[in-house]
Amino acid sequence: MHDMSAPAVHGAPTSFIRKHVFSTDHKVIGKQYYALALVAAFVGMFLSWIMRIHLGWGSFAIPGLHLLSKTGAPGDVLTPEYYLQLMTMHGTIMVFFVLTTAPFAAFGNFFLPIQTGAEDMPFPHFNMMSFWVTFVGFLVLVASFFLGDGPTLGGWTQYAPLSAIGSVGGPGEGLGVVLWATSIAIFCIGQLLGSLNFITTTLDMRCKGMSLMRLPLSTWAWFITSIMGLTAFAVLLPACILLILDNVAGTSFFVASNLVINDQMLPHSGGSTLLWQHLFWFFGHPEVYIAIVPGMGIVSHVLITNMRRPMLSHRVLIYSMGSLAVLSYMVYGHHMFVSGMNPISSLAFSFPTLVITIPSTIVVLIWLGSLYGSRLRINAASLFALGFISMFISGGISGFFLAQPSIDIMLHATYFVVGHFHLVMGVAAMFGIFAGTYFWFPKMVGRMMNETLGKIHFWMSFVGAYCIFMPFHYLGIASNVRRYQAFTDDYLIPLIPVHKFITIAALFTGFAQLIFLYNLIHSRFWGAHAPNDNPWEGTSLEWSTATPPPHNNFGDKMPVVYHDPYQYSVEGASADYIMQASPENVHSPDEEK
Amino acid sequence: MATTVHEPPKIEIDRLPSHGSGNGGWRNLVPADGDLRRVKDSSPPPASTGIWVGLAAITMTFAAFTSALIVRQGTAPLVHIALPPVLYLNTLLIIASSISLEAARRRIAAFMGAMQNGVQNDVQNEPNRANPARWLYITLLLGLLFVAGQTFAWMQLRSQGFGLATNVSYSFFYVLTVAHALHVFGGLGGLVRVIRKLNKSVLRRSTLDATSRYWHFMGALWVYLLLLLWMKL
Repeated sequence: MHDMSAPAVHGAPTSFIRKHVFSTDHKVIGKQYYALALVAAFVGMFLSWIMRIHLGWGSFAIPGLHLLSKTGAPGDVLTPEYYLQLMTMHGTIMVFFVLTTAPFAAFGNFFLPIQTGAEDMPFPHFNMMSFWVTFVGFLVLVASFFLGDGPTLGGWTQYAPLSAIGSVGGPGEGLGVVLWATSIAIFCIGQLLGSLNFITTTLDMRCKGMSLMRLPLSTWAWFITSIMGLTAFAVLLPACILLILDNVAGTSFFVASNLVINDQMLPHSGGSTLLWQHLFWFFGHPEVYIAIVPGMGIVSHVLITNMRRPMLSHRVLIYSMGSLAVLSYMVYGHHMFVSGMNPISSLAFSFPTLVITIPSTIVVLIWLGSLYGSRLRINAASLFALGFISMFISGGISGFFLAQPSIDIMLHATYFVVGHFHLVMGVAAMFGIFAGTYFWFPKMVGRMMNETLGKIHFWMSFVGAYCIFMPFHYLGIASNVRRYQAFTDDYLIPLIPVHKFITIAALFTGFAQLIFLYNLIHSRFWGAHAPNDNPWEGTSLEWSTATPPPHNNFGDKMPVVYHDPYQYSVEGASADYIMQASPENVHSPDEEK
Repeated sequence: MATTVHEPPKIEIDRLPSHGSGNGGWRNLVPADGDLRRVKDSSPPPASTGIWVGLAAITMTFAAFTSALIVRQGTAPLVHIALPPVLYLNTLLIIASSISLEAARRRIAAFMGAMQNGVQNDVQNEPNRANPARWLYITLLLGLLFVAGQTFAWMQLRSQGFGLATNVSYSFFYVLTVAHALHVFGGLGGLVRVIRKLNKSVLRRSTLDATSRYWHFMGALWVYLLLLLWMKL
């Protein structure tokens, strides 16, 4: 175990294993997280393609699908149960292994220590464990495809009692649930170790002159997210342990007495069905912000660099992100409006849910107000940052409706909710990841990504995402229920052309991601070399160091910070920006007066 | 962080800064000579912060278990169970271990302070200078006895036919006590590490303090859990 009190300085590794596999270097770990998220994202996307094709053309045989599961896809056509199993895996992989790992763990690992002026995280061995534990968690989850009767079908929320009653619940219930809960429990441990490092790095490892308010907005976002991660994953972990015990040890935490499933009286007694929902959503709603707040920070950082001026208010933006984190724990009950909760409780959860729109709106207004009148440099990174704001607004607006219990009860089980959360936390967070990728790629690997392909990627993704998820809202208002694998009721049949349109849009949007993948891999090995260490003319510390950064981030000379993070268009300065580590002295107009 | 600064900054006293504005960098707010003194050389070592962060996570975990117990109790009354009497002895053991650890910590801190003040000779002549390690061994022994006592309680219940799945009350009893014991094992590992480092004369004060805080927290957590189990089950 790493000496907890030792400084984070450690010698550069020489062996391949210690340098690239079991590395304690936060930059390598960040790249490992990114690679894991990339693989997970494409697995999740292919699963969504299969589901979408099935929803549009239910009898269409997808060549080779039986290779995934002979029983789940006989004749290359999904069974209803296997559709649910794929849906569960899509949600789980995307929420945990993509939306949490990429914007938070991947970019945060790489850039948080550099932006704070640290040589590494304070507990590098914990950091290494954090990634490898997460990787094992992913393997355990994927293993459920190939073990027993496949993955669990209970959805990424794994509501009890279905998830707690074992194999009598259907294919994947039992072993599939145990693997799911084990995977997520392992994932929680990984994220707790990561959060520990993020928090201590931010508080204790800042370089000389780097006060908290001089931290870039991206670092603030990762810091706030790590606090949420620490408290949210610490709750999901025991919940998963209790769920595993219900499945393997015969306990009855989540299963009520005298429950009859498939004509079989279950031996459990005395459990609380709603207990799982309480524990899960206490984690689950902060998880939404764990996915989106890093994107807010990344997008702010990218936009400021391309606007060549700071946000209207650095401080208010930080306070708003912090408010989102605090309020996210007070609103979780809005996921349970249809659970039969007391109407007074619904009201109690509805109020903070509406209140949480205030900091969200403030953040959006700061972005829009800052953009107003700016001469934004248009590139793939800034386009995706704009796309993030667009998706966040579009998805957020439907949240106003769902925050009200009387409306939510009507819309809760429909595609309206699917459209809402995909836009606001799925696509928006993905756009944040893309913005970060195009922006920081030169610093991470020393080469530039292809801008033309990046812009094509953006426009296809932007148009495609709206074509997929806006019709979901229409479907929801038309009472199209979600989680169904086929729509055979009379009132749903007229909606099938909409589903076909969505499927085509999903394939189109997915193809755009293949362009991104090509661009990423091609640029990694054959892209143009970054022209210098600061190709975007940024001000924060990552642009002060070499490209790619040396092992200890800053070489022989550690940085000293003299400025706030975003000093652009400074009158009297030698350039239109002053880097944080530059000792250049410029007197402000106010001071001269 | 002091260890990362290779070049001490120069602060011109006669031109003191207008402090980091927190406004990101609007040009009329932050001139170049921002306040370099705002991050002090004496930032706490990461172990000090890290242990509090870790304890916060553990607190959340046991808060989740507690709320699970309370929510479950709200569904239907819990079956009353009799706690094994050995738990009370174990409570005394873990409290005693905290006292002995504190004795060790104070002696080691005094020893380190004396070293820093350049009175090594006096320290080396101190007849009881082996005492700190002795108190640590006593703490370790008490901790092991606590875990052994917990194991005895589980075996006693098992022999009486009360297992994990007997009823929800026993389920919570086992889950809470086993989860706590696993965390105590972590503390025992920390104690072994402190003893090893002390014997090699490479122990840092922050490592000792962090281990000590963790161990005291385990004691306080156990007292809380015992009260919870006693009141609710």
